[in-house]
Formats: sequence, C-alpha cells, structure tokens
Amino acid sequence: MAGRLEGKVALISGGATAHKGNVLGIGGAAAWAFAREGAKVVLGDLDDVRGEEAAAQIRESGAEAAFVHLNATLEPNWEKAVAFTLKTFGKLNVVVNCAGTTAIGGVEQTTEKAWDSQLDVHAKGVFLGTKHAIPAMRKSGGGSVVNISSIDGIIGNAHAVAYSTGKGASRIFTKAAAIQYAKENIRVNSVHPGYTDTPLARSAIAELEKDGIPDPRIPRVPLGRLAKAEEIANGILFLASDESSYVTGAELVIDGGMTAQ
Amino acid sequence: MSNRLEGKVALITGAASGVKGETMGFGGAAAWLFAAEGAKVAVCDIKDEQGKKTVTQLREAGHEAVFISLDVTSEEQWKRAITETVKAFGKLNVLVNNAGMGYMEKVEFMTVEQWDYEMAVHAKGTFLGTKHAIPEMRKAGGGSIVNTSSIFGFVGSPDSTAYHAGKGAARIFTKAAAIQYAKENIRVNSIHPGGVVTPMTEQMLSKRRVREAFEAKVPMGRLGMPEEIARGMVFLASDEASYITGAELVIDGGFIAQ
Repeated sequence: MAGRLEGKVALISGGATAHKGNVLGIGGAAAWAFAREGAKVVLGDLDDVRGEEAAAQIRESGAEAAFVHLNATLEPNWEKAVAFTLKTFGKLNVVVNCAGTTAIGGVEQTTEKAWDSQLDVHAKGVFLGTKHAIPAMRKSGGGSVVNISSIDGIIGNAHAVAYSTGKGASRIFTKAAAIQYAKENIRVNSVHPGYTDTPLARSAIAELEKDGIPDPRIPRVPLGRLAKAEEIANGILFLASDESSYVTGAELVIDGGMTAQ
Repeated sequence: MSNRLEGKVALITGAASGVKGETMGFGGAAAWLFAAEGAKVAVCDIKDEQGKKTVTQLREAGHEAVFISLDVTSEEQWKRAITETVKAFGKLNVLVNNAGMGYMEKVEFMTVEQWDYEMAVHAKGTFLGTKHAIPEMRKAGGGSIVNTSSIFGFVGSPDSTAYHAGKGAARIFTKAAAIQYAKENIRVNSIHPGGVVTPMTEQMLSKRRVREAFEAKVPMGRLGMPEEIARGMVFLASDEASYITGAELVIDGGFIAQ
C-alpha cells in the first residue's frame, strides 16, 4: 500500500522530539507519522544529541531520515538546513515549522528579553522557515508549509502572554504567505493544538505548579483529556499530503473542543 | 485503496450525486471515498432515482451501500433513515449532514417561503440529523458528525441570502452540539468548501463570466473538485481526527484567508 506521503521530502523544525524513550513532541510525532507514510524526513533542532539519535531511530524502523542542526531564529541556519535537505534527499516538498519554547508570565511579569525571544521563535522562526522553503518548493512544482500555531494564537493565554502573541503572529503570517504563493501551488496552513502532552507542556506545567498554580488544563477541555502528540501529527499529515490539495490559508484546530465553547 | 474507515457505518445526506459519469456533489464523492476506505454507506437523498443508481454502482464496485429516501427537513423521515441504517448495517458511527440547495436572491427579493425552506434544509436539517444520530452513536461508544457548511457561513456574497444564514447557523450549531456531546466521544465538526462545480452549482458556474469572476477571487486560481472536499470529510470522519471537535475545516483554495 502506497503511503500518503510517498515520494515526498519533509523538513521538520523541532524534530528532535521524535526521540523514543521520551514522551513525543508534536514535531517528533509528525516525523514518525511522515516516515510511516513514505516520506523522507529531515529533523531540524537545537538538540544535536537527541536529534541525531531520533534520526537513527527512524532509520532503524526502515524509513529514510537525517538530522541537521537548526536554530529556527537564525537565517543562516535555515539556509543551511534547506541546503542540507536538498543535498541529502534531492528536493523539498514539505516544511513543518514546529520548533517552539514557552515563557511563563502575564503582561507585567514578561521581560523584554522573554518577549523578544518568544517572538523570535514563534514569529520570526516561522517566517524564516517559510522564506527559505519557498524557492526549493517552487523547483519541486509546489509544496506544503505547515505552521504549528496553538489555540493560544486564537484565544489569550493569561499565563504566557508572549507565547500567545507569537502564536497569533504565526497564525496570520500563515494567511499572508498562503495568498502570496497560492498560484505556485505552495500551500501554507496553520495547526492549532490544544492542550497536548509534550515535553514542552510538561515543563511549562511543572513551572506553573512550582509557583503554586494548579494544572488548569483538563477541566477546560470538553473532551475531558489532553491530546497525544500523535493526534496533532494526524492533522499535520493531512495538511502535508495531497489530500488537502485545495486547502490553503486555513486553520486546523485540534483542541478537543476547547475554543468552540 | 486503504482502510481509514474500516468497520464504520456512515450515513451521508445529499449523496445521490455519486453517479459515475455525471457531475458529482460532495455527498456523492464522499460516498465513494468512504466506501473505498472501508465504510458501509447509507446513501440518503430526496433524489430516489439517482440515489439508487449511485448505490448500484457502489455495489458493482464491491462496496456495501444502501439507498434511503430522506427529506432532511422532516423529523419523521430522519427517524426512519436512522432506523433503516442500523437495520441494514447494525450501527451508526458517522453522519455527514451534507444535503443542500440554494436560492440566488438578494435580501429584498427573497420571499419568506424561500427563506423558510432554505433555512429548513441547512439549519433544521443539520439539527435533526444530529439529534437522531446521537442515541445510536452513544450505543456505538462514540461517533463523528461532519456538517457541510460553506465559506458562505463566514462571509457574504452578492447574490445569496438565506444560504449564508443557513450555513452560518450550521457552523455555530456544530459547536453547540460538539460541546454537549464531547464527553461521550461524539465529535461534531463543520467543513467549509469554497467554489466547486457540483450538481448544485454547475448551472451558475457554467456561465463563463460567473466562473471566471469566481476563479479570479480564489488565491489558488481555480475551483475545487468534489473529491478535495470529500477527502476532508474522510479525515474528520476517521479516528485520525480523534481530538478534533467543534472545529471548522476550510477547503477553499485560500478564498477567505485574504
């Protein structure tokens, strides 16, 4: 049975969370889903050790994968990551802008440094990844960019104001890029995960709890549970594949009903 | 093909538009894709002859399908359609509320009769389908309801009136139902197609001027195909979308992103 991404090459930022033995992150779960469906996968991440090991784990499963060091906030890193992808697998069809960090704090508690760092990762990182993917996708006759925003790009998160703002930026940047490149068959969409059990979420919740704030998540979710990263990856897979050939500039919310109430 | 809906029973309204060789609608294209992914399909429509033809063709292709005559504005007919589906296939896992129509009338020229009928199809039809599917989905341990709204449930257009109101109603009704039944693992989502040539729109879009004017507004520069909408329905109907409820899947070539 042909895979749903057969013949495609994908670059995933934040891909080191594919490392087995930890709870998978969203980028990592996407990497496994893509590999299962026939894609060749490049994991880009700051974490070289886990990233290399994760790529090796995917190769052991029988798929093709490679790791490249990528700080998503630095333009030369993106140039290098795209060039590495082209050199390794010959083309680029899919980019998943998934690299992310978080910073706990409301407006008054957020330092300028934290603000800049959050906007760099979530806004500039997504811009740079898209910018440098476009020429390679054009050569492939089209492509799909999937930007991982958040429900916090739709509603406000009082505990993480800079994070929320950065995710809002990536949500609307997605539409600007979608409109600009639609005629070239380069689709750009955003995914909006709700509360998902990932390494990033675990550390953010630990930090909240340290400050005496109880985990606020599950009671707010109509489905009554957290998402698994694999459930977000299923949506990323749909948007990456040709199944979504007429979907661009759209927002795929995967949140157990959180923002529908 | 594959088995993304293996073991599931789906009821699709507006599904008579699945006759091969003719222009397909979303419901008809969905019937074929659902069947290809392993689902048993109840093809429901007011168009008996076309519906039976669609089912005959599905069966000839080796799929399991039945035709059930259904006017979605009638609660009695909904009860019967659900009962017959369960009688034929033993359960109900997926409902696609897709039956639709449209009057091209501006506000001041739309009659109350037109308004009432169009609202009955798009708003009440979606409500009634959901209402009567819920008990069967509960018995099945959960389910997925996909409501076909439209980009015209988000934005206005020059020549339609009740269509917008009805599709907007379906869009928000979806969220109300999603919240109410989330804890029972019954997911409810809406899908928002852009411009696609279907039996409903082909007369309007066969006029070159109208078609070109519409295409010019689509960032991707083309109309969509029924299969491109149906693929979104497959995704939302399947367990791949297990954490998606109350959401809107827009499939419009970028139309409302600009």
